Amino acid sequence: MTAPAVLEEAAAESAGSLTVIKARHPGRWIAGAVVAVLLAMAVNALVTNPAWDWPVVGAYLFHPSVLHAVLFTVELTALGIVLGFLLGTVLALMRLSRVPLLASAAWGYVWLFRSVPLILQLLFWYNLAALYKQISFGVPFGPAFFSVDSMDLIGPVTAAALGLALHQAAYAAEIVRGGFLSVDPGQLEAAAALGIPRARQIFRIQLPQAMRSIVPAAGNEIIGLVKGTSVVYIMALPELFYQVQVIYNRNGRVIAMLLVAAIWYLVLTTVLSAAQYYVERRFGRGLARALPPTPLQRVRGILTVRRAARRQRPARGGRR
Amino acid sequence: MSTPMVDVRGVHKSYGPLEVLRGVDLQVHPGEVTVIIGPSGSGKSTLLRSINHLEKIDRGYVAIDGEFVGYRRSGDRLHELREREILRRRTQIGFVFQNFHLFPHLTVRENVTEAPISAQGRPRGQAEALATELLAQVGLSDKADAYPRQLSGGQQQRVAIARALALRPKVVLFDEPTSALDPELVGEVLEVMKALARSGTTMIVVTHEIGFAREVADTVVFMDAGQIVEHGPPRQVLDRPRHHRTRAFLSKVL
Ligand SMILES: Nc1ncnc2c1ncn2[C@@H]1O[C@H](COP(=O)(O)OP(=O)(O)OP(=O)(O)O)[C@@H](O)[C@H]1O
Ligand SMILES: [Mg+2]
Repeated sequence: MTAPAVLEEAAAESAGSLTVIKARHPGRWIAGAVVAVLLAMAVNALVTNPAWDWPVVGAYLFHPSVLHAVLFTVELTALGIVLGFLLGTVLALMRLSRVPLLASAAWGYVWLFRSVPLILQLLFWYNLAALYKQISFGVPFGPAFFSVDSMDLIGPVTAAALGLALHQAAYAAEIVRGGFLSVDPGQLEAAAALGIPRARQIFRIQLPQAMRSIVPAAGNEIIGLVKGTSVVYIMALPELFYQVQVIYNRNGRVIAMLLVAAIWYLVLTTVLSAAQYYVERRFGRGLARALPPTPLQRVRGILTVRRAARRQRPARGGRR
Repeated sequence: MSTPMVDVRGVHKSYGPLEVLRGVDLQVHPGEVTVIIGPSGSGKSTLLRSINHLEKIDRGYVAIDGEFVGYRRSGDRLHELREREILRRRTQIGFVFQNFHLFPHLTVRENVTEAPISAQGRPRGQAEALATELLAQVGLSDKADAYPRQLSGGQQQRVAIARALALRPKVVLFDEPTSALDPELVGEVLEVMKALARSGTTMIVVTHEIGFAREVADTVVFMDAGQIVEHGPPRQVLDRPRHHRTRAFLSKVL
């Protein structure tokens, strides 16, 4: 039979009498089974080997000193990201401005702070008090209104937060600048043609569209920083990594304590990844024809479809 | 005759060594529709963009309703204005782009109310009432809460027209408003523009739609190589062109 003949025959039958049978994928089932077996083996290895010391992990997971350390890690991350992205945005705008001195100053900042290793920068800030004993506020090169001991102003916590934020700002600046460059120049032209004020052009027209590419990159940075805060252990600050070291130096349960830290880092990054998903959706408004459903909506959708199918099946069976 | 709404005098503009506008003069009177035609690269877009100062010109001047767009005159000197002032004066000029350039993250209503609120300082309620009225005028009352990507090209361009009109401009410039559209969508945009023309809006339209020019234009201007070669009523320029370059161009597009 020729192809057109088949089509004609199909068309001759009423459309309703044709049933769609989904294609079968045996390969997918086999691959799935292999992965499931491997996963089961891994879980088994984790649970049954006593060397992992799960009881100790359980005992310390919610230990007050660990919880405090988690909180401190969160605080450092938040400070680093918020200050970092604020300063980074300013740097990006400087870089994109039409004033050459501003643009090159921002370029210089990014160059410097991306080039020097974070751990080195942190030690610099930590020792700043030794470099400049007094910090004065007043007219540049002129009289000072008041001065403070740099020791009081920059304690170890401030030094850590400052170091992280300044370092982060260099990366944030590039991410924000990339975001602005990704926006169609026609958008700015349209805004200018409408006489929209310059600041409004940037924050109402460009930035929300730039966020589309800023958010995934920023998510990466935030998650990187959650773990990156662990470098401040060299300043003997009680963040998560330092704290578990303190504990295992005391009780000798190295693996268990490292697991405690790993679990908390997992929890933090999971929360952040979920948050990122929703932030991306928020800035995706209008940029796709329809927003994809959230995972929750997806689960609910599958459940309702299943339920509807179950309700229909007996009826169809009865007819046949 | 009344003072021209748009007065372009001796405008020169170069990009590096390339002279794109070579002494352009153009007057458009209130309520008139001027259609600019001409081959690709003849400087039509550059002229429109110079009129609202998206491009800086090298010589000559452009005045809207007697006011220079990018400059302030004192004696025989023109001082370039600061950006804030240029932006303020631009609100008197509507601009409709070939590729619409709607703001994709804002709804249709927000696209239309953005400039009246932020550039002209109108109260939100007033701006929204105006948006409702303008969207009805372009036949899109039911799309106020849609995002631009959810609209067809023709609908997007009609939103762009409503957005330009929301400033209550003294003149509206159209740069090939139907060139990015599928053929079956061109008509709906041209209908909106014809209605605008009938309502007495001053318009300058760059287009390849000769039928539109014939029906709506008070003046047709033919540009070639950065100069206005010929201008006059459509019947004259389109049907009895005097210049051989006009004839050559028309024989290709008609
Ligand atoms: N920013 C720019 N830099 C350099 N050359 C430019 C620039 N913009 C336009 N040109 C050149 O100026 C000339 C006129 O361009 P313009 O866009 O005004 O032509 P047009 O008449 O609008 O053409 P079209 O019908 O294709 O839109 C062209 O040769 C173009 O290459
Ligand atoms: Mg053009």
